[in-house]
Amino acid sequence: AMEVIWWGRERRKLSSRELFVLTYGALVAQLCKDYEKDEDVNTFLDRMGYGIGVRLIDDFLARSAVKKCRSYSETADMIAQVAFKMYLGVTPSVSCSNTAGNEFSLILDKNPLVDFVEELPAERASLCYCNLLCGVIRGALEMVHLAAEVTFLQDRLKGDAVTEIGITFLRKAEDRKHKRNK
Amino acid sequence: MTIHNLYIFDRTGTCLHYSEWHRRRQAGIPKEEEFKLMFGMLFSLCSFVNKMSPTDMREGFVSFQTSRYRLHYLESPSGVRLVLNTDLGVSSARDALQHIYSNLFVELVVKNPLCPPRAPVQSELFRSRLDAFIRGLPFFAPRPS
Repeated sequence: AMEVIWWGRERRKLSSRELFVLTYGALVAQLCKDYEKDEDVNTFLDRMGYGIGVRLIDDFLARSAVKKCRSYSETADMIAQVAFKMYLGVTPSVSCSNTAGNEFSLILDKNPLVDFVEELPAERASLCYCNLLCGVIRGALEMVHLAAEVTFLQDRLKGDAVTEIGITFLRKAEDRKHKRNK
Repeated sequence: MTIHNLYIFDRTGTCLHYSEWHRRRQAGIPKEEEFKLMFGMLFSLCSFVNKMSPTDMREGFVSFQTSRYRLHYLESPSGVRLVLNTDLGVSSARDALQHIYSNLFVELVVKNPLCPPRAPVQSELFRSRLDAFIRGLPFFAPRPS
């Protein structure tokens, strides 16, 4: 695969973005060698993502200088429009998927992580290739006192029409309004 | 104008870093207790300020002053707290604290895989860069004793 890209781009130097995407692919490929079951690879990717997310949040806060978000909706917008743009160069569209106002879905039109992946191999049909992203979002949110469940609801690599990430903010027992008014 | 000392706490109250430059008087208690006291006071003060504010809040607690020194405070949404004590000649150290957070702490500690989270910072590079930055501030002039 590396040679194909090399010649296909007429021997131009590899950009750091391509290097990142290829490195991610190599990481997933290695995990597939290490773990037989798709679920195990998915779990491991999520855990790695979590470890990244708990640190990434400080870098995000330092570079974006944003103020505290005052609602789940503002937070979801921040993730899609500022964070995704900053780190992956894409802006997923955001929509709220329930009346309670704590479930959101991000639809990724373009996903740079799968630039060089066409489809999953047949024996890896349940692999969530980009599951690292779910862990990153979950870890970052936890550091700003927001517990959330983040999963892929749809995945183009699995044959779905779009790639969709679902974020469900979990309400804590304490009063949420108090935190939001900061 | 002088800078006395700097504390950096994480969201759980662990003191990640402490440096002093011109501190002429110690608190008389062990350092561990001093850190706990500082963190506890800040926690209560921020909570108090949020609760009792007569108008809409923006930044929350920013600084307090006594007749001799001023304490400047910066808290990130992720709970990292920076505290700088200076003399009264320094009206605002917000920019300096912001620089320390964004350009020193995040770059040299958060992004360093060898710096475990929630543990005091051991990185020599961070210590020396922080020291150089503080000494380079316009309000760092040491007072003749």
